[in-house]
Amino acid sequence: MRHVLIAIAAHFVVAAMLPVAARWWGRRVFAVGAVVPAVALVLALTELGTLLGGEPATESVAWATGIGLEFTVRLDALAMLMTLLVSGIGTVVLCYFARYAGPDEPGSGRDAALMVVFAGAMLGLVLADDVLSLYVFWEITTVCSFLLVGGAGDSDEARRSAKQALVVTVLGGLAMLLGLIVLGVAAGTFRVSEIVADPPGGAAVTAAVALILAGVVTKSAQVPFHPWLPAAMVAPTPVSAYLHAAAMVKAGVYLAARFAPGFADRPVFWVPLVALGLWTMVLGGVRALRQHDLKLLLAYGTISQLGFLLVLFGAGTYTAALAGAAMLLAHGLFKSALFLTAGAVDKGTGTRDIRELSGLGRRWPVLATLAGLAAASMAGVPPLVGFVGKEAALKAFSHAEPKDFVVLAGLVGASVLTVAYSLRFLVGAFGTRAGPEPVRPKAPGAVFTGAVALPALAGLVLGPGAAWVEALAARYADALPGSRSYHLALWHGLSLPLLLSAVILAGGYAVYRSGVVAGMPGWVPGPLQAQRGYDGTVTGLHALAHGLTGRVQTGSLPVYLGIILLSVVAAPGTMLLLRGVPPVDMPWSRSWLQLPLALIVLAAAAAVLRARRRLTAVLLTGMIGYGIGGLFLVHGAIDLALAQFLVETLTLVVFVLVLRRLPPPFARPRREGAGQRRPGQPALRRREWPKAMIAVLGGTFVALLATVFSGSRMRLPEASSAYVEQAKPDAGATNVVNAILIDFRAFDTIGEITVLVVAATGAASLALAAGRTRHRSMPRAEQDQPEGEEVRR
Amino acid sequence: MTGSGTGPVDNGSEWESWDVPKQQWLRAEHGPPGWPRSLLLEVAVRVVFPTVLVLSLYLLFVGHYAPGGGFSGGLVAGLAFVLRYVAGGSVELAAAVRIKPPALIGTGLTVTVVTALAPLAFGYPALHSEQWHPHLPVLGELSIVSSLFLDIGIYLLIVGLVLDLLRSLGAGIETRDLEEEEASR
Repeated sequence: MRHVLIAIAAHFVVAAMLPVAARWWGRRVFAVGAVVPAVALVLALTELGTLLGGEPATESVAWATGIGLEFTVRLDALAMLMTLLVSGIGTVVLCYFARYAGPDEPGSGRDAALMVVFAGAMLGLVLADDVLSLYVFWEITTVCSFLLVGGAGDSDEARRSAKQALVVTVLGGLAMLLGLIVLGVAAGTFRVSEIVADPPGGAAVTAAVALILAGVVTKSAQVPFHPWLPAAMVAPTPVSAYLHAAAMVKAGVYLAARFAPGFADRPVFWVPLVALGLWTMVLGGVRALRQHDLKLLLAYGTISQLGFLLVLFGAGTYTAALAGAAMLLAHGLFKSALFLTAGAVDKGTGTRDIRELSGLGRRWPVLATLAGLAAASMAGVPPLVGFVGKEAALKAFSHAEPKDFVVLAGLVGASVLTVAYSLRFLVGAFGTRAGPEPVRPKAPGAVFTGAVALPALAGLVLGPGAAWVEALAARYADALPGSRSYHLALWHGLSLPLLLSAVILAGGYAVYRSGVVAGMPGWVPGPLQAQRGYDGTVTGLHALAHGLTGRVQTGSLPVYLGIILLSVVAAPGTMLLLRGVPPVDMPWSRSWLQLPLALIVLAAAAAVLRARRRLTAVLLTGMIGYGIGGLFLVHGAIDLALAQFLVETLTLVVFVLVLRRLPPPFARPRREGAGQRRPGQPALRRREWPKAMIAVLGGTFVALLATVFSGSRMRLPEASSAYVEQAKPDAGATNVVNAILIDFRAFDTIGEITVLVVAATGAASLALAAGRTRHRSMPRAEQDQPEGEEVRR
Repeated sequence: MTGSGTGPVDNGSEWESWDVPKQQWLRAEHGPPGWPRSLLLEVAVRVVFPTVLVLSLYLLFVGHYAPGGGFSGGLVAGLAFVLRYVAGGSVELAAAVRIKPPALIGTGLTVTVVTALAPLAFGYPALHSEQWHPHLPVLGELSIVSSLFLDIGIYLLIVGLVLDLLRSLGAGIETRDLEEEEASR
């Protein structure tokens, strides 16, 4: 099992090298990348024996044992099914991509690396057994999708589509993370297998399940979040075939399937999945029938099929889960074959519009036949695996219950649409029609044909070989309740599902011939249009952010400082008032040296108020700092005093450096009749009073707080005494301060210096960037925000 | 360093102008491009400079046993460069150090992170620290702690930060001043 872990890591390592390799090998790096998922597939298959023989194999790597983080992989039947899809189709698509990309396309290395990273993340996602690594892999797939859809970011459309895919799926992902954490805390374990085996109950868990479903429906493009998927079709066709048909959008379905054994009996789980799934099925089918672009047709078909899968996994019975697992595999196979066909058509003829294509079937008989097999599987024509899955699905809901009847009616209706759009795709791509000139493309080539043939023929083989599918599917479905009498097979005798299948095929043909759906007026009331909803939300969010920033970030340093000081007073001050001020018992002085130092500090502080020039104020503030450093020294805090002196010096220098750019005196707009003012008259004007009040309030409060805190401490806290005791034996240090900084709390130190680096780099970039824009004028004396304040933060 | 306004400001009451400098702090020659130079200061700083650097190294290594450490040591070293800059401007600073500040900062951060992660390679948890007590012929018993490398990383990082400040706020503004001066000529 360890080799599967290594296989996941290998994806990321190889991906890191591909961009470099692309400089010499060009588009061939895709084929190099294909080796990794191929090896992963073989390695996973070696575990098949263990899996079918008994318990699923698990393996875990300790990550940070101190906080209980570990990465666990678990290869059970569902994971194996998904691995076959992810790695198998990944290999096929990457090989196809090696032919699809232009010979000297600059983006080959990037695309290949991202595809391999994606394959690795998807493999990790389906194998991960702890919710946190599951989430991490989930978001890696989102980021890969964003980068692949956006491409180099040249076109506005690509950027917008990529952003929409990212925003929608990340929103769902964050909700899911919250749900997973709540669920993990309620269950007392973060292992998915343990949560599902012994699901916790309660209101919090209900909310958690709803949040997780938000992740499911956004990732799997369900109503009302579906528009991102058709928009993502601006990506290269192999990317669409892999991410947006076979693998990534299945992550949502996978998650639903993963949690179904534990939660499918709860209304909060199955009601949204079944309701949204049915709605999406019908909507996707209708929209697919209106498309002229082959890829968009398939994208809406994918949305519809994903709804179908969610209905099956949400239903929570043995037969439905069996059907779901079979359809999961079948859909991956036929949808990737169809997408790759669309890519080949696009590459060969230069168009994907079915109104411009004609006579392609006679030119490319082999590809047309293979695509026909895949489309037949999608429509549910025997003897293909799609038929087997659809039969099982129809059987699962063939009960005389109102709920099952509604679902069955929805399934039959949506399946009729599926048959119709399968025909539309096939005839649209390969048929001959009167209008346009027959196209004259060159042959698709062995790689394209082979890449379409593999999944298409696998669908043909697995139809009669349904028993192999059942070997895996039944192991997964065993966790769910319901009769075990149904088996996946082509022939069950004359039964209701068979009758319904015949009705669906005939109905689908009729719908396609009559063109009734395509001709229907496509009017949807504005507020109900999903894309408009997304646009409105994003625009509203922008407006909100803009308005809020405009009001909060006024750009006035005195206002910022005032707000900070007031919050400092308000928050701890309220607590101090509520809890009462503890009795302060401390001597007035510990050493006579404190007296002169305190006098220096007080004198400097008083003089700062009188300073009229910036340099004077800075020097006096520095004096206060040195005085306080001296007080530290008197108290015996030598390390602290040393740091205080050094930092004070550096601050002074930085101030002086910046002050060169500022006018020497403070800003003081002339008042009317300045000449009449006598020397010594108080210099506060009306608008300065609030500032003075806030300053006095803040200063008094901090002084009070410092006195209370240092006075109410009775003895060393436990942690401090432990540090003092362990400094010598554990860290080999006689200086406890240093031992704490670089040993006991080294993690904190690293975090702090990282923040320091980020802040300093930002400040330096700002200063240097300001230097580059020549004509930007520097702040004048009239303005309230001198640039020197920037440094203090 | 006090800028140009050495004369009394226009609304010349005692209250408003008590802290206007009455005389220049340093007798300075205006050297080639505009920077006031003081030969005495420049020479003195050059003499002191190596000593300050050695002091900073002392603080770095003594930190484990007495006041000091990477942070203090780095600041002292940084102040040594500040002295050079104050004495002779960016030309003098460039003579003292050639490494680019971001490279120094990056090295420092890398050293700390690698030190933090290195124990993982030997099967210990991250941030684990180890002590060695080798016996050397002349020096006697030494005490070396692996967390010293963490301190060295912090030292480099802080020195880099101070240099970065001098580069951006010091030399950056200085160049801009000179450019504006040239443009106005």
